Amino acid sequence: MKILVPLKQVADPDNANKIKVTAGKIDTTGLAFKPNPFDEYAVETALRLTENAANTKARLGEVVVVAFGTKDVDVMLRGALATGADRAIRVDATDDALDGDLVARALKAIVEKEAPDLVLLGKQQVEGDSNQVGQLLAEYLGWPQATFAGSIKSEADKALVVSREVDGGTLNLKVTLPAVVSVDLRIVNPHGVKSMHTAAAHAYPEGVRFAALMAIMAAKKKPFAEMKITDLVSDASLKVTYGSAELPPARKAGIKVKTVAELVEKLKTEAKVL
Amino acid sequence: MPDFLNVSRHLSPEERSVRDNVRAFVDARVLPIIGDHFERGTFPTELVKEIADIGLLGCNLAGYGCAGLSEAGYGVAMQELERGDSGIRSFASVQGSLVMYPIHAFGSEEQKTRYLPEMAKGNIIGCFGLTEPDYGSNPSGMRTVAIDDGDSWVLNGTKRWITNGNLAQVALVWAKVGGIDGDVRGFLVPTDTRGFEARLIHKKMSLRASVTSELILEDVRIPKDAILPNVRGMKGPLSCLTSARFGISWGVIGAMEACFECAVDYAKHRVQFAGKPIASHQLVQAKFAEMLTQITHAQLLVLEVTRVKEEGQLLPAHVSMVKRSNVRSALEIARMCRDILGGNGITLEYPVMRHLCNLETVYTYEGTHDIHTLILGQHVTGIAAYE
Ligand SMILES: Cc1cc2nc3c(=O)[nH]c(=O)nc-3n(C[C@H](O)[C@H](O)[C@H](O)COP(=O)(O)OP(=O)(O)OC[C@H]3O[C@@H](n4cnc5c(N)ncnc54)[C@H](O)[C@@H]3O)c2cc1C
Ligand SMILES: Cc1cc2nc3c(=O)[nH]c(=O)nc-3n(C[C@H](O)[C@H](O)[C@H](O)COP(=O)(O)OP(=O)(O)OC[C@H]3O[C@@H](n4cnc5c(N)ncnc54)[C@H](O)[C@@H]3O)c2cc1C
Repeated sequence: MKILVPLKQVADPDNANKIKVTAGKIDTTGLAFKPNPFDEYAVETALRLTENAANTKARLGEVVVVAFGTKDVDVMLRGALATGADRAIRVDATDDALDGDLVARALKAIVEKEAPDLVLLGKQQVEGDSNQVGQLLAEYLGWPQATFAGSIKSEADKALVVSREVDGGTLNLKVTLPAVVSVDLRIVNPHGVKSMHTAAAHAYPEGVRFAALMAIMAAKKKPFAEMKITDLVSDASLKVTYGSAELPPARKAGIKVKTVAELVEKLKTEAKVL
Repeated sequence: MPDFLNVSRHLSPEERSVRDNVRAFVDARVLPIIGDHFERGTFPTELVKEIADIGLLGCNLAGYGCAGLSEAGYGVAMQELERGDSGIRSFASVQGSLVMYPIHAFGSEEQKTRYLPEMAKGNIIGCFGLTEPDYGSNPSGMRTVAIDDGDSWVLNGTKRWITNGNLAQVALVWAKVGGIDGDVRGFLVPTDTRGFEARLIHKKMSLRASVTSELILEDVRIPKDAILPNVRGMKGPLSCLTSARFGISWGVIGAMEACFECAVDYAKHRVQFAGKPIASHQLVQAKFAEMLTQITHAQLLVLEVTRVKEEGQLLPAHVSMVKRSNVRSALEIARMCRDILGGNGITLEYPVMRHLCNLETVYTYEGTHDIHTLILGQHVTGIAAYE
């Protein structure tokens, strides 16, 4: 199976408290960046689908990773190559010249060229939480889609049985390949992915795999293509432009009450919860 | 990661990948369990396979199944391991720098092919026996001897404070050939050889998540080809130590970081006096200013020593300086952070006291702080002041 996995680099969500907004614009200086966690789960899923867990070195399919960004995203792409992806593509772009629609249109062009059996994405990127690209891409390609996959089982690489967690239970659905699937956190649990190559009882370690240090050095030699967004789409204009950003209002200091009676009074008259 | 001067811009993309990858491993696998191991006084053997799979064992060696990292790549790997715990880093240092490195540098081709790939996979664990009960800072006075008995060597002696001793399948034992006036040579002793015994050292208050042992060798008979053929004299063990000390100098930056980040976070949230966090007090800020400066010094010094090493110009005295300076800083920082955490600072709920206890060992092993002082003193004056 050939799988395309788009990746995005995001500001480390653990740094959210360091984000500053100046004149309505987010100031990114001093922030640490890392791969979007859901995209890392998508890479892990792609690797699990293209290997026999008994010998992960022998790759039994092809995984192509693609990112939109400046050279800053190379480390992320090389990291994916080190964990087992076969090829990387970087489309040169800056975030402010992209929207979900343009990314989906550019991905469509890549899909037409690469002809993968499956596009696997993270369910959303944790910066903007837009949750658009997978759905738009499926629409533009006219492919079936399954979103928020919590587990995936390959049926001879012709179709996938995807479980989606919904309120009150799980929905199991079958999509015929080629398809677009976006993944949720649960996909990287020990039994989240059943490939056609790995013994059904196999339990993976929880979470995504760590690259072998040797593979990090070897990843330098794996194919790494660079292209411009205009190589992929003739019209690179945006349909969505971002206005201004606001931080949540700072929390106001609380007040101290002297008596229970006063507390009850305030709950009634000010908080209006009683 | 406090990286005030953006020192990581001097790392290659691969070296940064190594760092981030080992960091993710430590976050996911080491930090959740290490406090319990420290409390129980056990080494997390369950991590050995994954540590080996990542390629951390002997990762700066080339060939024989080793990762062949650059010096800085090795450094950042040790840094991230020690951000987890000095005991885990010690495990990797001993395996890689103190056992695999000398086999790689001084071993026969048979020894290399027999040991290195299996040691890189973690299937064979090694330990390094230099220190003796009565010869620590002065290992050249050692009493362990190897007698030539025709087709075999016969070893007698006692080694003490040996990391990985009870885990090891092979012990690299340094002994004097013929008698106590003989040349020091290295011997690869399978630990299941008759007459070899490893005894756990108990009641440690430091490096508790690491195995430390006494090795007793009584008429241990090993084949003639168990000797490391290509090195004689104290140069053998000392060159291993230079390699391990280099890794320690990077490693303790990880311990500094763990303590510093914990204390900054704690101080911002801990409120004392007038509803203000303790981070808002001048005395606390002065500590952070001092610590950030020391961490930055440590990063710059080890990076420059790394460049000198890569250029092939490294002197043992360079490593003495960086080991001495960085470990002292780490210990001072751990103490300051412990102070900032108040009463909570003495518990295992936070990593600080664990690092502080560990760093007392790091201050002493691989050449005590004062021995490195004397090495530098000798470098400056030309006069040896050990006796
Ligand atoms: C947890 C742990 C793990 C270890 N792992 C290993 C290992 O794997 N393999 C191994 O071979 N060894 C290992 N060691 C041993 C370590 O290297 C020694 O403890 C160290 O070299 C110091 O020796 P010593 O303990 O005998 O102290 P001593 O040599 O007795 O030193 C005691 C004090 O005297 C000072 N001193 C000594 N000589 C002088 C002098 N001439 N002038 C001024 N001051 C002096 C020292 O600086 C120190 O402060 C380990 C030690 C520990 C604690
Ligand atoms: C083992 C143990 C036994 C104890 N036994 C007892 C006992 O029997 N009875 C009892 O009542 N208490 C006991 N204590 C509590 C002990 O007295 C407190 O831990 C101590 O007073 C510090 O308070 P804290 O831990 O809340 O730290 P904090 O007050 O939070 O202090 C944390 C750090 O902030 C610094 N700091 C605080 N305020 C300022 C300021 N204004 N300016 C600059 N720096 C500041 C402190 O110096 C310290 O470095 C015990 C503590 C321990 C660890």
